Amino acid sequence: MNSFYKKHIPYIFLLPALIMLLIFFFIPFFYTIILSFKDYSADIYNPVWAGINNYITLLKSREFYTTLLNTFLFLLMVVPFLAVFPLIVAIFINQKIRGINIYKVLIYLPVVVSIVVVAIAFKWLYAQQGILNYLLECIGFNSIGWLTDIRFALFSVALVTIYKGIGYYMMIYLSALIGVPKDLYEAAEVDGANEFIKHLTVSVPHLMPTIALVVTVSSISALKVFAEIYVMTKGGPLNSTKTIVYYIYERAFENLDLSLASAASVVLLIVIMLFSIINITFFENKRYKL
Amino acid sequence: MMKRFLKGFTSHTFLILMSFLSLFPFIWLISTALKGNSENIFAYPPVFIPKEFTFDNFIGVWHQIPFLLYFLNSFIVAVFTVILNLILSSLAAYPLARMNFKGRNFIFCLVLATIMIPFQAIMLPIYLIVLKLHLVDTYGYVTGYLGLILPFAVNAFGIFLMRQAFLAIPKEMEEAAFIDGCSIFNIWRKILMPMCAPTLAVLAIFTFIGSWGEFLWPSIVLTNKTLYTLPVGVNDLQGMFSANWRYIAAGSIISIIPIIIFFILMQKHFVSGQTEGAVKG
Repeated sequence: MNSFYKKHIPYIFLLPALIMLLIFFFIPFFYTIILSFKDYSADIYNPVWAGINNYITLLKSREFYTTLLNTFLFLLMVVPFLAVFPLIVAIFINQKIRGINIYKVLIYLPVVVSIVVVAIAFKWLYAQQGILNYLLECIGFNSIGWLTDIRFALFSVALVTIYKGIGYYMMIYLSALIGVPKDLYEAAEVDGANEFIKHLTVSVPHLMPTIALVVTVSSISALKVFAEIYVMTKGGPLNSTKTIVYYIYERAFENLDLSLASAASVVLLIVIMLFSIINITFFENKRYKL
Repeated sequence: MMKRFLKGFTSHTFLILMSFLSLFPFIWLISTALKGNSENIFAYPPVFIPKEFTFDNFIGVWHQIPFLLYFLNSFIVAVFTVILNLILSSLAAYPLARMNFKGRNFIFCLVLATIMIPFQAIMLPIYLIVLKLHLVDTYGYVTGYLGLILPFAVNAFGIFLMRQAFLAIPKEMEEAAFIDGCSIFNIWRKILMPMCAPTLAVLAIFTFIGSWGEFLWPSIVLTNKTLYTLPVGVNDLQGMFSANWRYIAAGSIISIIPIIIFFILMQKHFVSGQTEGAVKG
């Protein structure tokens, strides 16, 4: 059927996009890998080949281990919550009750607001004499240094990421919930199931693929966290909120240590590629099939 | 009857609570911004309705920070990023959806592979490339804008989204147009593009929001304050007014007004957009 397309036509259509992808994805991709094998410390304009030395330095660095551990902890704080809680919100939103559109808009609002403003707002909530500490004291606790205490800082940052993500994942669940056959709920009702049991036995099994998708997607975005940390803590106190992207940023653009920054970038690349491959092959394969 | 009432009641209570929590950080910023200089913003217990109600902080910060300029910069960057994404994605999507050609599978996989490459892991070489191409603000405004726009001119999500839209259009449309003597480019432009208008709208809106909120890249490349976009400008407030939370709060609120208006006007598309999976993680 394709007989009327001339031979060169497809390439002309593809060319502009491919040129951009080449310059801003593929060349930088291989460039990162090459940079990670070079040593810039002697002369930033004339790097020398370093073999795997950068990786050895990286793996010997305590700071990098802290960074990896923080990133992993951050993921563990954020992902389970974002996989479960937005589903509950979506189940509540997926009803025909008055004012549902207003609720939807208000809950989604933090998603569209710049992360910088959200982080500033939370920094203000987290202030030493701020409102959250007041609430803590009201219920009988001592006030805490949300962003200044190494025990709480990473958690406080994670809370911002969670806050910003709820609306986003709620919407993903909502569109999946619409696809659950209505008669399954009716059948459950006939069996005398209450609301909770009904959703546990009908919605959750039906949404398993979506839940898995949310887990991988939110993991990938947790691994890439940056702005919250940059605005609120700059990685501190004592590196307790330094995650991998912040580490790369700091190495590359503040310390001009291109070698370690690139080696850390390659580590990030590998981890994210693993998650992405899982995502593409198992959960989004329909969209990406030829 | 009673059971239905109870269900409605719990639903509304839960959703009102959620909406409140979602607005709370902004309410607290607004409250702080409206408090006058003599009112203690650290008062225990916290005061929500300012006793000394004033717009002075908004006026003060407006005079010190060129919000209109930041707004204009964000707007220029976002609009051109959107235009490039719409054109490049739908051009590339057409052959991937419709045509058989040599290397199709290879190109398809190539595009798919870019999904797995996070910007954050390759931003350093991108920065070096942008420097090499002189696409930075030290060479002027135009190059400064280009440096902000071009790295985000196209991405695999947009291409796959448009491809899905093209796949949904019956092939007979194109065949009929071709028999009538329409060129391939005109088929794309005059038949496929208008038929994909809803998807294009979704792609435009999500690209716009993404570009508007982008922080990492502009904060790396920008050196000239007159090219600051809103997120970079707002982050700068913290340094400028270190302890003046009234001004920081007022400035933050001013900065989100445009995007909130945009969101309220376009809210229907946001719902349909996420259903189509237009957004990346």
